[in-house]
Amino acid sequence: MTWENSAITIATLLPLVGALVIALVPRENEQAVRALGIVFTGAALVVAIMIAGGFDYSGATQLQFELDTRWIPAINARYHVGIDGISLPLFLLTFVLSFLCAIYTWRFVPKPGKTKAFLALMLLLETGMAGTFIAFDLILFFIFWELVLVPMYFLIGIWGSENREYASIKFFLYTLFGSIFMLLGFLAMYFSSDIGGGVHTFDIVALQGYAASGGFTDTFQLVVFGAVGLGFAVKVPMWPFHTWLPDAHTEAPTVGSVLLAGVMLKMGTYGFVRIALPVLPYGAERYAPWIGLLAAIAIVYAALACLAQKDLKRLIAFSSVGHMGFVMLGIATLTTIGINAAIFGMVAHGLITGMLFFCVGSVYDRYHTREMAEIGGGLMQKLPYLGGVFAFVAIASLGLPGLAGFWGEVMALLSSFEPATVLSDAGLTGVFRAFMIAGGIGTILTAGYFLWMLQRVNMGTVPEKWKGEAFPDVVAVEWASWVPLLLAIVAFGLFPRMLLGVTQESVEAISHVFGG
Amino acid sequence: MNQSVDIGAILPEMILAGTIVLVLIVDAFLSPRRKWFAMPIAFIGVVAALVATLTLIGETRVTFGGAYVVDDFAVLFKTFFLTVALIVLMISSRYFREGRFYQGEFYFLLLTSFLGCLMMPSSRDLLMLFISLELVSAPGFLIAAFRKSDPRSNEAGIKFFLIGVLSTAVMLYGMSLIYGVTGTLNLVEIGRALSGVLGEGRETLVLAAILLIVTGFAFKVSAVPFQFWAPDTYEGAPVPVAAFLATASKAAGFAGLLQLMFVAFPAQYEFWTPIFATLSILTMVIGNFVALQQRQIVRLLAYSSIAQAGYMLLPFALVSADQGVNESAFAAAVTYILIYSIMTLGAFAVVVAVSREARSLQITDFAGLGKRAPVIAVSMTVFMVSLAGIPPTAGFWGKFLVFSAAIERGEIGIALAIVMLVTSVVSLFYYLAVPRQMLFVEPDQERRLTAPVLVTAVTVLATVVVIAVGFWPELLAHFPPLATLVGQ
Repeated sequence: MTWENSAITIATLLPLVGALVIALVPRENEQAVRALGIVFTGAALVVAIMIAGGFDYSGATQLQFELDTRWIPAINARYHVGIDGISLPLFLLTFVLSFLCAIYTWRFVPKPGKTKAFLALMLLLETGMAGTFIAFDLILFFIFWELVLVPMYFLIGIWGSENREYASIKFFLYTLFGSIFMLLGFLAMYFSSDIGGGVHTFDIVALQGYAASGGFTDTFQLVVFGAVGLGFAVKVPMWPFHTWLPDAHTEAPTVGSVLLAGVMLKMGTYGFVRIALPVLPYGAERYAPWIGLLAAIAIVYAALACLAQKDLKRLIAFSSVGHMGFVMLGIATLTTIGINAAIFGMVAHGLITGMLFFCVGSVYDRYHTREMAEIGGGLMQKLPYLGGVFAFVAIASLGLPGLAGFWGEVMALLSSFEPATVLSDAGLTGVFRAFMIAGGIGTILTAGYFLWMLQRVNMGTVPEKWKGEAFPDVVAVEWASWVPLLLAIVAFGLFPRMLLGVTQESVEAISHVFGG
Repeated sequence: MNQSVDIGAILPEMILAGTIVLVLIVDAFLSPRRKWFAMPIAFIGVVAALVATLTLIGETRVTFGGAYVVDDFAVLFKTFFLTVALIVLMISSRYFREGRFYQGEFYFLLLTSFLGCLMMPSSRDLLMLFISLELVSAPGFLIAAFRKSDPRSNEAGIKFFLIGVLSTAVMLYGMSLIYGVTGTLNLVEIGRALSGVLGEGRETLVLAAILLIVTGFAFKVSAVPFQFWAPDTYEGAPVPVAAFLATASKAAGFAGLLQLMFVAFPAQYEFWTPIFATLSILTMVIGNFVALQQRQIVRLLAYSSIAQAGYMLLPFALVSADQGVNESAFAAAVTYILIYSIMTLGAFAVVVAVSREARSLQITDFAGLGKRAPVIAVSMTVFMVSLAGIPPTAGFWGKFLVFSAAIERGEIGIALAIVMLVTSVVSLFYYLAVPRQMLFVEPDQERRLTAPVLVTAVTVLATVVVIAVGFWPELLAHFPPLATLVGQ
C-alpha cells in the first residue's frame, strides 16, 4: 500500500469511518458530533486536495492513483479505482460540497434534530458519491451508485418538510427502477465481453478496449444502451423522467438539496460520459439525436415550469432540470467541446445550484415559508447581505458571462451548431441546430424567470408583517460555508481554463471515436 | 444384509438425537420455575452437533448403502441449519419463559424438527428424503399451535397440518411412481435411469410423477398458488416458531428440491423448467403485490417469505443442457436461501422483541422505535433494506447471483430477470414501510423498549453479517464449492 494507490480509497472511505465514529458518540454530546462531522469531511477534503495536487495534469488521459486488486473473484468483479481528468473535478466537488455542508450543519440542523443520525447519513452519502466517480469496475460502480439511495431516502424522509414521506419513497422507487435496468445492462455487457480465453469482465477500461475492437454488435449496443441509459437518465434527470426531482428537492432539508443537486445529479451525466459513450459508441451515435431532443425539451419545459412556480425551492429544483438539459445537450453532440461543456456545466451547476439551495434554506430559516407571495419582496432591504448573495447566485445561474454558469451553456450551444462527424454524416446537423435554437430560447426564458424571481423576492419594500421581525442577516457559519462557493463561481467564470485544461485530454480520448 | 454404519458421518445427528431425549427427560424432573433449563441444555447440544459437523468439512462419506451421504453440500446445509437452530433457541428463550408455555416440550419438538433438517441434505434416496421431510414437518404442526389459548394459533396448527399431510400424500404418490418406473430409490441411480431412453407410456408416467413431487414441494416452500396456508400459520404460531418455519423449514424444502431436480431429474429439464418458471413468476408477482396490503408485521414477513421463495425458485427454471449455467443457477439458489434466512431471522428477532409489549404486532406498533430502541430499529432497517436487495447489503448479492445466472442463461432467463427486477422494486415499498414507522413517526410513548439480551445479540450479529457480506461477498465464497451436486 503506497500513497499512490491508496490515496483515493482513503479519501472515499474516510467519511464512512466518520459515520461509524459518529454513531458511537453518545447522543447527548451534540457539539462533539458536529465537530466530528467537520473533522472527517475536512480530513477527506484535505486528502482530496492532496490528490489534486499530486495529479499529473499533462497525462490526464491516464488513470492515476490507480488501484486494481481482487475483490470478488467468484464473479470477476475487482476493486478497480482510479482518477482521470473527467473524474477529478467531480471527485473534488463532492468533498468540497460535503465539507461545506458539514460546516453549515454546525448551526443549522433541520427538525427534528437527531444531529448524530443526520451527520452519519450525510457522511455515508459522501462515500457513495465519491466512490461513484472513481470506480472503474461496473459492479463497484453500481454498489457506490446505490449506496447513496438509502442515506438520501432517510435524509428526505426524516428531516424533510410536510410532504416528505411521499417525496422520499418516490425518489427511492424511481431511481431504483432506473438503476436496476442499468444493472441489467451491466450484466449483459459482462456476459458479451471477452478479454481472451472466454473470460468475461466488468472492468470499464477493458470493456472500452473490447468495444473499440468492435466486440459488441450493433443490435446489442442499441438494446444495452437503452437499458443503461435509462438508469442514467432517471438520475440526471432527463425529461420526462424528472418528476421525482421537484418533489425530492422541495421536501429535502437544505443540506440534502445541496448534495442532491450539487453532486448526485452529476452521477447520471457522469455515467453517460464514463460508461455509455465509450463502451457503447454505436448505441451512443444512434441515441444521440433523441437524447438531444429530450435535452432541448427539458431546457424549454423547465424554464416554462419555473415561470409557473410559487414555491422558491421548487422553482430552483425545476431550474436544475433545465441546467441538466444543457449538460445532456452537450453530451449528445458527442464532440470534444460538447462533452467539455457538459463537465463544465456539471461543476458549475454543482457550485451555483448548491449555493442557491443554501440561500433558500437560509431564507426559509428566517421567514419559515418558501412561498414567494408570502415573502412578498424586500429581501434586499430586510437582509441586505443575504439578498445580495442570493441575487448574485441567481444571476450566475442564468448564465451571465464572467461567472461559472456561462461557459457550460454557451459551449453546449456552440457544440450543437457543429455536432460530431458521425452525426453530421448522418444528416443530423440541422436537427442539432434546431436544438441549439431551442436551447437559446431556453436561456432567454431562464434569464426571465430568474429575474422575475428576484423581482418578487428581492426587490420592493418589506411587507408589514415582516417589519417587526428581527431576522439575523448572514451569520458567520453561513459565510464560512458560502464564501468558498462564491469565490469558485467567480474564479471558474473568469478562468474557465482552470477546469477545461484538466478535462480536455480525457474528453478527447472519448470523443475521437465519434470524429468530434 | 449386514453393513457397517459410518458413525463419524452421522455423529451430528446422533448428538442432536441424544440432546432431544435428554431435554425430554430433564424436563420431567424440573420444578416449574426451572423449566427454562431446557433451553441451555438444548443450546449446548446443538453447539456440540455443530462442532461435530465442522469436523466433517471437506470429506465425502457414504453410509447406509448410499442412502445417506455427507459431502460439501450436506455439510454446508447442516452447518446452516444448526446455526439457525442456535438463533431460534436464542430468540425463543425469553418468549417462552414469559408466556404460559410448556417449555420442555417446545424445545423437544423444535430440536426434533431440526433433526429432520439435519438429515435432509444428506438424504440421497427417496425414502430418506421423505422421512426427513416428515421429521421436519410433524413437530412443526404441534409447535405452530403452541399458543393453545389463542384460536388463531389453533387455526395455524390445523392449517399447517392439513396442508402438510396433503402435500406429503401428493409427493409420496409421485415418489412411488418413480420407484415403479426406475426400480430404485437412490437419487443418482434414478438420474441415470431417467437419462436413458424411456418407453412411451413410462415417459408420461415419469413426467406425471415429477409434476406431483414438484407440487408437493411447492406446498412446503409456499410457492404460489400453494401459499395460502403460510400467512395464517405464521401469524397464529408463536413468533419464534414462525421464524423457524420461514427459514429452516423452508430451506429444508429447498434442500430436498435441489437434490431431486439437480440429481434425480436433470434429464427431464425441458419438462419441468417451464413449471418452475411459472411458479416463480406467480410467486414473485403475487407474493410481492399482496404484501403491499399487509398491516401486520408477521403477515408482512410471511408474504415477504413467499415472494422471496419466488426468487429462490427462479434458478430452477434456468436449468438447461449447459452445465456452466446449471452450476451458476445451483450456486445462486443455495446462496440465496442462506442469505435470505439470515435477514429473515434477524427481522423475526426484532419482532420477538417488539412482541413483548404489542401482542397484535401491527406495523404501526413499530412507530418511533428509532427513539425507543435505536439498536433494534437500525438493525431492522438493515434487514428490510437487505430483503429488498439494496446494496451494500447481503440481500443484494443474493439477488445479484440469481439475476446474473438468469442473464447468463438468456432467453427465458431474461424474461424472468425482468419480472424479478420489477417485483423487487415493488417490494421496496412494503419493506420500507417498517423503517418509515420506526424512523419517520414519533413514538406515542417515550419509555425505552428493552429487548432480551439474547434477542439483541441475535439482531446485532445478523446486522453485522448482512453488512459485512454486503461489502465483501467473498466471505460467502469461502464456503466449500457449491457445485458438488451438479453434474454427478
